[in-house]
Formats: sequence, C-alpha cells, structure tokens
Amino acid sequence: MITLSHYIVLGTILFCLSVAGVFINRKNVIVLLMAIELMLLAVNMNFVAFSRFLGDASGQVFVFFILTVAAAESAIGLAILTLLFRNRSTINVAEIDSMKG
Amino acid sequence: MTLSQGILLAIVLAPLAGSLLAGLLGRQIGRVGAHTVTILGVALSCVLSCYVLYQLVWGGAQTYDHNVYTWFEVGRLSASVGFLVDRLTAMMMVVVTFVSLMVHVYTIGYMADDDGYQRFFSYIALFTFSMLMLVMSNNFLQLFFGWEAVGLVSYLLIGFWYKRPTAIYANLKAFMVNRVGDFGFLLGIAAVLFWFGTLDYAQVFQQAGKLEDLSLEVIAGHPWHAATVIGILLFIGAMGKSAQVPLHVWLPDSMEGPTPISALIHAATMVTAGIFMVARMSPLYELSETALSVVLVIGATTALFTGLIGIVQNDIKRVVAYSTLSQLGYMTVALGVSAYSGAVFHLMTHAFFKALLFLGAGSVIIAMHHEQDMRYMGGLRKYMPVTYITMWIGSLALAGMPGFAGFFSKDAIIEAVGASHRWGSGYAYFCVLAGVFVTALYSFRLLYLTFHGKERFTVKAGHGHDAHHDDHHHKPGELAHPPHESPWVVTLPLVMLAIPSLLIGWPTIGPMLFGDYFGRSIVVGEANDVLGELGAEFHGPLAMVLHGFTQWPFWIAFAGFATATYVYLFNPAVADRVKRALKPLYELLAHKYWIDEIYYALFAKGGVRLGRAFWRGGDAAVIDGAIDGSAALVVRTAAALRGLQSGFLYHYAFAMIFGLVLLLAGFWLFGHV
Repeated sequence: MITLSHYIVLGTILFCLSVAGVFINRKNVIVLLMAIELMLLAVNMNFVAFSRFLGDASGQVFVFFILTVAAAESAIGLAILTLLFRNRSTINVAEIDSMKG
Repeated sequence: MTLSQGILLAIVLAPLAGSLLAGLLGRQIGRVGAHTVTILGVALSCVLSCYVLYQLVWGGAQTYDHNVYTWFEVGRLSASVGFLVDRLTAMMMVVVTFVSLMVHVYTIGYMADDDGYQRFFSYIALFTFSMLMLVMSNNFLQLFFGWEAVGLVSYLLIGFWYKRPTAIYANLKAFMVNRVGDFGFLLGIAAVLFWFGTLDYAQVFQQAGKLEDLSLEVIAGHPWHAATVIGILLFIGAMGKSAQVPLHVWLPDSMEGPTPISALIHAATMVTAGIFMVARMSPLYELSETALSVVLVIGATTALFTGLIGIVQNDIKRVVAYSTLSQLGYMTVALGVSAYSGAVFHLMTHAFFKALLFLGAGSVIIAMHHEQDMRYMGGLRKYMPVTYITMWIGSLALAGMPGFAGFFSKDAIIEAVGASHRWGSGYAYFCVLAGVFVTALYSFRLLYLTFHGKERFTVKAGHGHDAHHDDHHHKPGELAHPPHESPWVVTLPLVMLAIPSLLIGWPTIGPMLFGDYFGRSIVVGEANDVLGELGAEFHGPLAMVLHGFTQWPFWIAFAGFATATYVYLFNPAVADRVKRALKPLYELLAHKYWIDEIYYALFAKGGVRLGRAFWRGGDAAVIDGAIDGSAALVVRTAAALRGLQSGFLYHYAFAMIFGLVLLLAGFWLFGHV
C-alpha cells in the first residue's frame, strides 16, 4: 500500500538531489538548470500528493501553473545560457564569477 | 522758531547725490562734470550748514531733535534715522563742510592728471555725507553707521592708489586697527542698550543718573561702575578712530593715500570723530572719574610720545601726520579733564590749521613732482610764496604762537590740565608742556627743511618737456624742471584756510570756552568744571594773548623754535652730531618705539600661529579626523563584506538554503508561524 508518506519521502529525495545538484555541480550550467527543474518537480510531487490525500483539486491546478512557469523559465534560462556561451565560450560554473565583489 | 527738516535733509543728502552722480555716471559726465556736481553738493551743504549755525546762534532757533525715518524695529529697540542739531553739531557741520569744500577745490589741482579723478571725487563726497550722518545723529546706531561709513571711505581712500603694495598694506592696517576700536565701541553701545533700553541720545542722557547704582562684574569679584564700563568701552572706539596710543599705528601709514585725503580725513575731520563722540557723551563721562582718568592718561601719552617721533621723520607728510597724532592727544587730554568744550574748540582750530598744513605739504609735493622727502627740498620759499606764507601761518598756529588760532585752544587746554585735580593730571600736565616744545621743534624743522636753507635738489637742464614724464624718480632730488607755485585751485584753499587759522580764535574763544555757546549739549559736573575756574580769570582774547607772552607754554614753544632755528637754519651739522650722540634715543624714535614690530610679532604672527594651530589641531586632526575616519570605517567594513560576494551561484544558493533552514529551525524551535 502506497501511503502519503511514500510520496513525501520521494519528494524530499528529489528535492535533496536537486539541492545537491546545485551545490556539488561545479562544471555545467545546464546541470544547474536541470537541478532547478528537478527542485520544482519535487515541489509538484508534494502538491499532487497532498491534493489527492486531502481531496482538494486546487493543488493540481497549482501544479499546472508551476509546470507552465517552469517551462517558460527553462526556455529563458536556456536562452541566457546560449548567450552566456557565446560571450564567455564556457558553461563552466566555476569560471562564471563576474558578479564577484 | 525751529530748524526745518528739509534743510537738514538737504545738508546730508546733497553730498550723497554728488557722490552717486560722480561715482556711477563718472564716465558719462567726465572730469569736469564729476568735480562740478560734487563741489556743488558740498557747497550747498556748507552754505546751509552756515545758515543752520546762524539760526541757532543768532536766530534763536531751538535745538532740533527729531526722528525722520524708522529704520527697523526689533522688540523694544526702535532704530531710527534722526537728527540732533544743537550748537555743537552745527559747529561740527560747518567745520566738516567747509574743510571738505576746500579740499574738493584743492583736489582739482592735486589730482589733475590722475586716472581715478571721478572715483576720487565720488569718495570724498561720500565721506562728507558719512561724516555729516555721524555728527548729526540723534542716536547711537546712526552714530555707529556714520562711524563705520567714514571708516570705509577712509579705507577706500588710503588704498586709492591700489596698485601700490604699500597703500594696500596701509589701508588693511587702518581697517584692522579700527576694528579693534570698533569692537570696544560696539560693546559700549550694547552696554548703553543693556542699561537704558534705548539708543536715543536724549532718552539716555535723561536717565543717565540711574547709572550711579549699577555695576557690572567684568572680572568676577570686582564690580565695575556702569558708567566706567560704558565710558571706557566707548573710549576704546574713540581710540581707534582718533588714533590714540596704543591704537595709533594706522594713522601715520594712512599717509599712503593722496594728500587731500590726509588733510580732510586723517587730520581735520574723521579722526576727530572720537573727540566729538566723547564730548557728545559728556553726560555719561561726567559720572565716571575712572573713565576720565583713563582718557586723560592715554591722551597725554599720545600727545607727547607721538610728537617725539615727528622730530625724526623725513617724509613731509609723516611729520604732519605725527603732529596730528600729537594734537589729537591734546584734545583727548582736554576731554580727560572734563574740558569738553576746550577739546571741541581745539578740534575746530586744529581742523583749519592742520588741513592747511596738509594741503600746503601737498602743494610742496606737487612742486617737487611727488618727492616727499624733506632731505631733498630746501629753499623753496622763492619758488612758491603763497604756499610758503600759508605754511608759516599754519605752523605758527600749530606751535601756539599767541594770537593764532592754535594758541587759544592749546593754551586753554594746558591751563585746564594745570587746574585739574583728577588722577593723572600731573603726568598729563608734564606731557602737554613737553609736547609744546616738541611741537614747535618739528613744526619749524619742517619749515626750515622745506622752505629755507640751501636747495638740496638739482634741476636737470636741457630736457625736452615731453621727456620728463618718463623721467620721474630716477634719482631722489632730481627734478626735470624747477619747482613753481601751484595753480590757483590749490592756493585758493590754502588762503581760505589760512584766514581762520589766523583769526578764528579771537571771536570764538569767549563764547565757546567760557560762555554758554554749547548750552546743554555739553554737560560738566560742578566739581569738575576747570574751564569755569579759568573763566573767572578770562578778560577777553586780547588780554589772553598779552598774558600768553608771559606764560610758560610760550617760552617753551620759543625754546623749540630757537632750537629748530639754530639746528636747521644756521648750523645743520649739529643735527647729525646730536643724532650720533643720542643714537639709542634716535633709533627708538626712528623705529616708532618698535610698536609696529611688536604688534607684528605679537598679533600678526601670533594670529598666524594661532590659526595654524587651529588648522593643524582643530581642522586637520579633529574635524578631518572625524570625517575621514567615518569614511575610512565605511570603506573597511565594505572591504570586509565584499569578501562574501564570491560571484559563484552555488554560494548564493547555499546561502539561500542555509537561511531557509535557519528560518525553519526557528519556527520549529519557537513555534511561531
């Protein structure tokens, strides 16, 4: 029997994976973007699980919105990434520190 | 019968109108236009002043004391422009406008080829306006206005030739020394306002009696009499303006200005403002023996010790300048023994003969092509007879030859000092008597060196007329063509001033000194009335003149005359021998007692050092330290904080997550949502 806690644990695992992806990844901005997407999906997982568990459809409506925004965001993120690569010829995160004070 | 306000306004405003026209439209109206408007203005003023005097003395007019305009009102203080015209004022008005008129006419000749012709006329007419505002004032504030306005014009005129560094130095010096005096004067006015609550003369004098019980602790534990405080503070102002020791240093240097100015401002009128002021304040001064003793001692010191310097000067104008200082000292001495009318009387006679001497000196300077050193003069009497004779008249009047104007006033002052019992009068008596000798000595020395003896200048012959302009001052005492008498615009004022120098004493001494000419404008306490005592022995001017020949002052002056005659006319070598024999004394006098050097070292250098200390200690260390320090603190904090901005995304993300964890932990621990 799959219970609510299974879903939440899965969501937590996904979230932790994505956080680890953000922190540990030093090479690739694309992986960074993927980690962020994954983070959103982890949140979506929680929404869906609670929606089903509480019998309230509004959580699923939220998921639609988040997916839409995440799609737009990754489109913009990839566009910025392309520009970044054109300008700096690298997508290595460790080399992108022009915001350094 | 009262005086009309219209006439009084016209007297004051006519010179101002002339000044404004000449000053603002000088370029349009030209040289002739400038001197015409200013002379017309001052002449109108002079004629009307004479009319006012006539009305007051013979026409039975009452003293005029009204406000004509309210300047401003602050709380209880109402500042007005108003006129107090009594006989004292009327006399001052006539003297000021008459001497001013003479100087205006004289200037036409003296400044004939100066570029600043219009500017000069504008300034001296402005001076006349300011001086009239000063003497005609009926309150302390307007007095102060006039006081500062004449000071301003004096400053402008000393520095008239503003391209000469010495002139700029001199006018700055005059201005700063006068500030010292004005500081005291302003405090005195403030004290008057503090105790009386009004600045109006009449109201102040009416309440003067209440000063008796008032006192002020200037130094803690030593209460000073209120009248003494007011008297001394106001007198400090007079010391600045009337150049009394120790604030006398500016007057000799003021000779950097053109000669007509030296005659008008620095001899006849402005410098006597202090004397006039003290005489005007006689109801207040009479309340304080201490203040009058201070006045007496300072006046006596000035009278003798500045006169001594005059003996060793070689610049013709400086000799006259030091004699002015000395004569101002005489006037101050007269004030100090409560002989106010004696002081004002001497002020009047002195205005005539000293203006005459200065203008005569100016005439000599014109003839010598602006050479002022008497060592290069001599024998001028055959070239310029009018100047020669008028200078003799002026010098005899100055030296106190019986019958001349100066005799009456000076002799009266000396006798008044002799009759006084005030603290310091013994010292003052010695000073004024010794001063008589000194006066005679330097006066006749000037005459002999300038007009008598051998010619010590040479005339360079064979020069074209055009060439001599470039040739000025190649060598001292070398003239391009022989000296000649000055034009009539110069000699006319000399003659016009010589007449009163010769005669003014005869008709005026009786009423002014011993009669009731001044009426209530000058108040003398019963016990202090030395002139009243002398008046008992006064039997008309002729008797006084005849009596004068038997008195000490005459013989002392004669001794001075004889010494000067022997040394400078018959045996010039003696002067050098005496100079060598008394070298320390000569050095002392030639350096003017080193007072300038002392002031320079003490105040000028001290001021610079104090300023530097404030700059280094106060400005650089404290203020800059605080400001730069706080800026540096911000920079250092920022430098520490910028280390956090690594620029790496994962650091920022980590910070966000970390913050989130902290927040959640906070919620979990403390249970708030």
